[in-house]
Amino acid sequence: MDTILVIIEQRAGKLNRISWETIAAGQAIAAHTGWTLEAAVVGSGVAAIAGEVAGKKVAKVYDVESARLEPYTPDAFAHALREFLGKHPATLVLMPHTYQVRDFVPKLATALQTTAITDAIGYKYEGGKLLFTRQMFQGKFVADVSFAGSGPYFVTFQNGSFRGDKVEAGAAAAPVETVTVEVPDSVVRNKPQEVFKEAKQAVDLTQAEIIVSVGRGIKEQKNIELAKQLADALGGELAASRPICDNGWLPMDRQIGSSGQTVAPKLYLALGISGAIQHIVGMKGARSVVAINKDSEAPIFEIADYAVVGNLFDIVPPLIEEIKKAKG
Amino acid sequence: MKILVCMKQVPQKDAPLKLNDAGTWIRDDVSYEVNEPDAFALEEALRQKEKHTGEVVVVTAGPARAMQVLREALAKGADRAIHLEGDAFVGLDAYNTARAIAAAIVIDQGKDEKFDLIFTGLQSDDYGYAQTGVILAEILGLPHATIIMHIEKTDGGIRVKRELEAGFFQFVDMPLPAVLTIQSGINKLRYATLIGIKQAKTKPMRKVTMAEVQSAVGGNLQKIEKLHVPQKSKNTEFLEGPPAEVAKKLVEKLKNELRVI
Repeated sequence: MDTILVIIEQRAGKLNRISWETIAAGQAIAAHTGWTLEAAVVGSGVAAIAGEVAGKKVAKVYDVESARLEPYTPDAFAHALREFLGKHPATLVLMPHTYQVRDFVPKLATALQTTAITDAIGYKYEGGKLLFTRQMFQGKFVADVSFAGSGPYFVTFQNGSFRGDKVEAGAAAAPVETVTVEVPDSVVRNKPQEVFKEAKQAVDLTQAEIIVSVGRGIKEQKNIELAKQLADALGGELAASRPICDNGWLPMDRQIGSSGQTVAPKLYLALGISGAIQHIVGMKGARSVVAINKDSEAPIFEIADYAVVGNLFDIVPPLIEEIKKAKG
Repeated sequence: MKILVCMKQVPQKDAPLKLNDAGTWIRDDVSYEVNEPDAFALEEALRQKEKHTGEVVVVTAGPARAMQVLREALAKGADRAIHLEGDAFVGLDAYNTARAIAAAIVIDQGKDEKFDLIFTGLQSDDYGYAQTGVILAEILGLPHATIIMHIEKTDGGIRVKRELEAGFFQFVDMPLPAVLTIQSGINKLRYATLIGIKQAKTKPMRKVTMAEVQSAVGGNLQKIEKLHVPQKSKNTEFLEGPPAEVAKKLVEKLKNELRVI
């Protein structure tokens, strides 16, 4: 019987809620394929998380334990999961595409002489074959990707590609089995220190209803003033894509994307932002998106409600005037 | 510090891309450039060499046009280049690309090139898998860390600053040798100087054919069945006209449709 195994992510004993999206993905694939869905929580002293996962509609939850799994290191996680999968084989292993998963899943897959399809945004089940959809060329195209070889097949799903709130609860709590794995000290070569936040959190963009965001199209630091005037006119906050913050033109707490903030405002107005995947992932939950970009092929237009193909320096000044007029 | 930088040539960021007739890949008639994270990885390697002395070797796997990436790297200050050259390297999955690179760095004069550090960019802008560096570490049996924003030499090896989500970071102490995948923005990229461009022409450029690494490479374990234009889930309304008119139209939408004014 084929098994789908969802690896639940926890960090320092705290469940990463993106894991619910992965369970939702697993439930959808299980419904299509008829395969058995199981989940595993990997860490040290994570029984409570396993118990929480057991409330969802899964056949079984494993609590994969080793003291060596806290703090997280790629060596320990790859070793532990390799041992676990050796004893509890799965056909398809699903994980969320987090920075932690990216850090170890290619190592784990290679150690098992198999492969991972990473950053998938969906799947198809056609003629008894599973295909995974992923974006290519920064979102300009999507690819249907299939597995060759004998597996296990690893897939990581992009943040937001499935609805965590649509996860089905189980009729009764699923059985939880504790599996202790051996992780010898010599296996772990990295010594991680405490996680910390660098930028002073001067602004919490997750609370902003309106966000005006700038990308490389803003061209120079002095032009950010124009975007700020637009944000002020709308009563919104200023934000930016990564390159702007890397240049130091705006502080890091204004960065939107996989490395920065994830926001879901009422309005996200993107100025001169092309729509790279790492940025979109941080704002695709916005209720409405307006994009201004001079490149008609910019991927940002895929997710825009209203799109303007043009020069933002020509459009933003009259836009600010019209907003002021409308607001009286 | 002896540092290997794995670099990739990808279609230019803003290049208009078209699918081939079969829908299996893009048409090749586009302009190419260095994968941006790889440019940052090279810059970091050059800075480490300037700080600690040593050697920077750059490697790429790709067709003849990919040599341009190596030439630019040599012009910026890399010492040697290795080009796994051939169309056979196009379309290899990350696992095979890593295996080919691992084989290439071993076979030079039968000597194992013992690097202190191996860098890759954290991911490529064309595939976006973010795997090759981590796979390479596993193949070579080396420790690794990903999405690196700072590297410092320590008595025991290195201390790296790993970027996490939502503005978080983490320092990690690691022994050498190690593999690191480098995040964009770790530093500021330099331009090649005219002298550098001139010197690049005489720096060693070793070519490696697929035949030489064939025994290390296998069949791809995953396959791109088809590429297509993304299906739009949103009904995007394009607002057109001269700027003053567009501004008026947009404000009307913001007010009456989106209700944010």
